[in-house]
Amino acid sequence: MLEVRIRDRRGDFTLDVDFSAGSGLTALFGPSGSGKTSIIEIVAGLARPQEGFVRFGDTVWTDTSAGLHRPAHTRRIGYVFQEGRLFPHLTIAENLDYATRFLPEARRDHLENRARIAALLKITPLLARRPATLSGGEKQRVALGRALMARPRLLLMDEPLSALDQAIKAEILPDLERIRDVEGIPILYVSHSVAEIARLATRVITLDRGRIAGRAPAGLDVQPVIADGEALGTFLSATVTGTLADDGLTVAQSVAGTLYLRQVDVPPGTALRVHIPATEIILATGRSEGLSTLNRLSGRVAALTERETAIDVTVDCSGIPVLASVTRRSARALALEEGKAVDVLFKALAIAPESLYREA
Amino acid sequence: MDLTSEDWVAITLSLKVAGVAVLFSLPPGIAIAWLLARRSFPGKTLLNGLVHLPLILPPVVTGYLLLVTFGRKGALGPFLESLGLVFSFRWTGAALAAGIMGFPLMVRAIRLSMEAVDRKLEAAATSLGAPPASVFLTVTLPLSLPGIVAGAILAFAKALGEFGATITFVSNIPGETQTIAALIYSYTQVPEGDAAALRLTVVSILLSLFALAASEWLARRVGDRAGAPHA
Repeated sequence: MLEVRIRDRRGDFTLDVDFSAGSGLTALFGPSGSGKTSIIEIVAGLARPQEGFVRFGDTVWTDTSAGLHRPAHTRRIGYVFQEGRLFPHLTIAENLDYATRFLPEARRDHLENRARIAALLKITPLLARRPATLSGGEKQRVALGRALMARPRLLLMDEPLSALDQAIKAEILPDLERIRDVEGIPILYVSHSVAEIARLATRVITLDRGRIAGRAPAGLDVQPVIADGEALGTFLSATVTGTLADDGLTVAQSVAGTLYLRQVDVPPGTALRVHIPATEIILATGRSEGLSTLNRLSGRVAALTERETAIDVTVDCSGIPVLASVTRRSARALALEEGKAVDVLFKALAIAPESLYREA
Repeated sequence: MDLTSEDWVAITLSLKVAGVAVLFSLPPGIAIAWLLARRSFPGKTLLNGLVHLPLILPPVVTGYLLLVTFGRKGALGPFLESLGLVFSFRWTGAALAAGIMGFPLMVRAIRLSMEAVDRKLEAAATSLGAPPASVFLTVTLPLSLPGIVAGAILAFAKALGEFGATITFVSNIPGETQTIAALIYSYTQVPEGDAAALRLTVVSILLSLFALAASEWLARRVGDRAGAPHA
């Protein structure tokens, strides 16, 4: 269990966050400049906050009120940086072994451990080479392996995939899933990619200009609202109940209601996570006939937030907040206000195939 | 080109003086370069100025300051003599003078290459459990090796040619403090000494060229090992 409280003011930017993270992968999500990397550096001990408290398990790592700062090298973390940061003067094997020098208890079986991790990440053929001769994807795999070799109690990953192209990302994502599920190390994962978060995250903490932009309702694992500007939307957890092959549809049940999705080849009972972009949602106040949209969730308006050109409407669908963006004109025409009953409509095809994920 | 035994004595003495000068100035050179490259502390500008002083001061002044500090009757002389360390009019004094004159060049080369070492790599080492001393020994030091080699050879070449501070501090004693440069000077002071001076001048040029070539070659080799691209 990781507990983090930070208040830090640098120039115009104020970081003010308070969160905790348990097992699985906790994503820190937000646009660049929202303070994600600062948080992860403070957790790692590579940066010191003006005011802050970081506790991992029973150990307090940072407590500025008590003047306590446990040095980074004693925190037993594995840090995967955006740019890999492999040591250029060491071979891949030496890079992997680096942390072992400082871990007496790891020396005994470190060769087996290295073989296992190299196999897990498919980097065994690279062991004798030097970082300069590796491709971007290979470097990032080695960086992952090097962090794992430190036998960390906590893995910190700062946009580990952002410097890679799509094809290589797709190759490494399953590795990250394996690390999350097989190694069982809690992970704090910084990203601004909806696709990565949706696929990997056990829970999401959304950041906006140094603050946590919203909180998941109690009992809900996943922060439902992602406020990224370009990718505003809602994550819904659902379980596949069946497939309508003739219609090319998969049917899934979520707390908010039944979902009709484009057909995916997964057996009934599979847990899915679905990202619904806010701009793809139609709000309806009366019974509307003759529409081609298959999905209709009922709820009540929970909140209205004015943005530059649109109004963000949070609709409470059986306890799940679903975010919809409408124009001011539409909001006026529907006389939207808190408590008003509305239906949330969206097409099955509005859900991009890459935003359907199996639950962790 | 026939070198006299006197010439050979001066040549081997020069090599010994320069070698010892570099060997003993390397550890403090690396330490000060690291302080200047990686730390901020009060008096940093002063330290930087002090290190560069021998480069700016007339060598005679440096030699005189050494004399009043390390001479028999100097500020530190008697104390050091009680420890068995005598500099005045000994080859060790020549090495001290040569080391101090080469020090700014050495520190500068090492500092520049340490500044070029990516701090993010040091942070990565820290995150992998390396305490500060290990970060220095396993990341900073190996990655700045090309600069250390360059700095050492530069200081060696400077020490070989050092004249002003040496002759002021430890005089020009054959077999003890008479280096190549001092012997060339002696030859020019006697009639018919031109040919002998020229001989040693050629030796001096050859040694300098050799040091330069060795530095290029070593820097390249070390650079390859460090995985750095060729300049």
